[in-house]
Amino acid sequence: MSTQAPAPPPGAAPEPAEPEPRTDLRDPRSWLPSVKVTAGAFVIALVIGAFVIAFSDDDVIESLSYFGSYPWDFFTRSADAVWSSYSALVRGSVGSSNAIASTLNRSAPLICAGLGVTLAFRAGLFNIGAQGQLIVGAICAGYVGFTWDLPPVLHLVVALIAGLLGGAVWGAITGFLKARTGAHEVITTIMFNYLAASILIFALGHDTFQRPGSDNALSPKVDDSATFGKPLGDGFPVHTGVVLAILAGFAVWWLLERSTWGFELRAVGANADASRTAGMSVAKVYTLAMLFAGLLAGLAATMQVLGNQNSLSPTLPGSIGFDAITVALLGRATPLGTVLAGLLFGAMSVGGVAMQASAGTPKELTDVLQALIVLFVAAPALVKGMLRIRETGGGSTVMAKGWGS
Amino acid sequence: MKKTARMALVAGCAALVLTACGDRDDSSGSSAPDEETTSAAPTEATTEASPTEATGNPDFKACMVSDSGGFDDKGFNQTALKGQTDAGAQFGIQTAQVESTGDDQYADNINQLVQQNCNEITTVGFLLGDATLAAAKKNPDVDFAIVDFAYDKAPKNLKGLVYATDQPSYLAGYLAAGMSESGIVGTFGGLPIPTVTIFMEGFRQGVEKYNEDNGAEVQLLGWDGKDGSFTEDFEDKTKGQSVGEQLIGQGADILFPVAGPAGLGGLQAAKDAGAKAIWVDTDGFESTEYGDILLTSVAKGMDVSVTEAIKESIDGTFSNELFNGTLENGGVGLAPYHDFDSVIPQELKDKIEELKAGIIDGSITITPAAG
Repeated sequence: MSTQAPAPPPGAAPEPAEPEPRTDLRDPRSWLPSVKVTAGAFVIALVIGAFVIAFSDDDVIESLSYFGSYPWDFFTRSADAVWSSYSALVRGSVGSSNAIASTLNRSAPLICAGLGVTLAFRAGLFNIGAQGQLIVGAICAGYVGFTWDLPPVLHLVVALIAGLLGGAVWGAITGFLKARTGAHEVITTIMFNYLAASILIFALGHDTFQRPGSDNALSPKVDDSATFGKPLGDGFPVHTGVVLAILAGFAVWWLLERSTWGFELRAVGANADASRTAGMSVAKVYTLAMLFAGLLAGLAATMQVLGNQNSLSPTLPGSIGFDAITVALLGRATPLGTVLAGLLFGAMSVGGVAMQASAGTPKELTDVLQALIVLFVAAPALVKGMLRIRETGGGSTVMAKGWGS
Repeated sequence: MKKTARMALVAGCAALVLTACGDRDDSSGSSAPDEETTSAAPTEATTEASPTEATGNPDFKACMVSDSGGFDDKGFNQTALKGQTDAGAQFGIQTAQVESTGDDQYADNINQLVQQNCNEITTVGFLLGDATLAAAKKNPDVDFAIVDFAYDKAPKNLKGLVYATDQPSYLAGYLAAGMSESGIVGTFGGLPIPTVTIFMEGFRQGVEKYNEDNGAEVQLLGWDGKDGSFTEDFEDKTKGQSVGEQLIGQGADILFPVAGPAGLGGLQAAKDAGAKAIWVDTDGFESTEYGDILLTSVAKGMDVSVTEAIKESIDGTFSNELFNGTLENGGVGLAPYHDFDSVIPQELKDKIEELKAGIIDGSITITPAAG
């Protein structure tokens, strides 16, 4: 640690606590254990899920009552139930071009919001505020989308920028509070979630945000000129916002791994005190990290408002802002991991609908499956124990700074 | 490993012992116990028509998409689902349903059901209005019915189902005013949207009517005809409970929560304080665990109208004509008094019957809420 004067310029700080050994994708040893554990978590969750499916199926339960005399019934019926559920899950999420498009559309906001959480994680901040940032972004993008009258493309760009700015401002406020006053970001972001939700409901109670001639808490539709198009038509109805989500993944990767500022960010995330000593502005990193986190949540909002749904309503964001935290955790706070985890969650969500629609599996079961996967991924030691994987490494989970920092 | 094997052996033996006494019921189907707690809960087995009913219309498939409240909301979505389940039992059709968890999913979920070859799709709630309209235009061969939403101009295969819930709420308001001992009754809503405030406004006018008729001064908290108390949420029971406690704290002894599952918190608050309540959407005596404090419920006959819409679709008489549930056609109504049947004075009951007749014949009109 070079503390002697003059303090080196931030970017050139000589190895102050490089957060982790540089992962080299060409070397399988660096990522194989991690992939193994994740896959293991997935398999264990599917197995437990199979039991849950079997034992929540009426036919299976019925066959249990005469298990003694016809045990085979129980097994065939369980296999039927599990097979029909899981095949529906796969068919519904990736089984057709339509299904793949739905999966991509539903993954896009999860990926963007998840990237926001990931970015903040790497700076040592636990961003619970994706939901609020997303709501504010949605209000801004939606307002521009349905009140302003602009030519196509330009309208979309302006609405997109409005959404990004809305989310960025909302995120930056909490980052600024953390940097300047030390207010813990977990508390401020949670409170800002409530604030944003209330602002949305307040707005929807007023004529500006309601459809003419209606008192329903539902905004007008966003103009066609401000929506992400579906250039591939009805056969593959994926909207162009999905491309932005993937680009955002690249941008975050570049920012974190290749840019000077990303280096600072990771350094602050690893050890804020050392970074400050090394001459970095921790306050600036916190504020900017939350600003970008909010920007990404705002991007997620535009996927919803300008891509998927097209009008504002009180329950618009669903649980995306919170699922984003899970997505980021599951992705181990890496951009690539977050994108993959977002795709997985999108697929589970879309496939879950198919499970309900064709196999009659209750929606709660997909939630159970998701929760199990996350649980096992978050507890690598458990998976290693169950599968008797002996390697070390790859088990690191995401760490945000605790209350003391 | 040895230990694992031993455990498995023990478990296996236990399972054999525990289950050996049962025997296979060859008339498979209906005997499976329903796991869900409430009577109107979805029976998951409904996706496949039970063999006993296969004589009905096994090729017809009726489907349903909930709004983000979910089918277990003890109100709105659940009642609509009951209509579908009833239709499944009555007409021997296949049914399927999908729960939505966010507003961005509606179009996807409807689309998913279209791909499952549903003949009729019921969507629940105004939030699905746009998605349903778009799907109806895109799939002219599928009949769509939407609960709580009316279109200015619906396509041929799209039917709106709306309910004049202000009529039974008016009766409920009169009843509440008549039964209040403190002279103060309270109401609160989920969100200030028309499908909620219509209940509150009807209730308010019922209370006023009571005051007019009897020279009483029963006060209504939580709604003044323009604005009132709202939980801003349909799901969070704790919010309903805190709003309920506030109203009780101001002296209300009868609550009328119009907030879906969040309203259950209001019932809890009433129960804790020894107050009474009136439930909405379904007969709360049957659908909630607070039957002992419920004077009655303002029932919205979503089940009946959904069943009816499905029937029309099966019969091929489906039209885009709006269904408007009123006291007259039984689309809305006041649920039985149950435990309070012996407590409510006969005079009051008679008066409510009289008002009901008045509303039906048009001599009493309820004006819509302002704003």
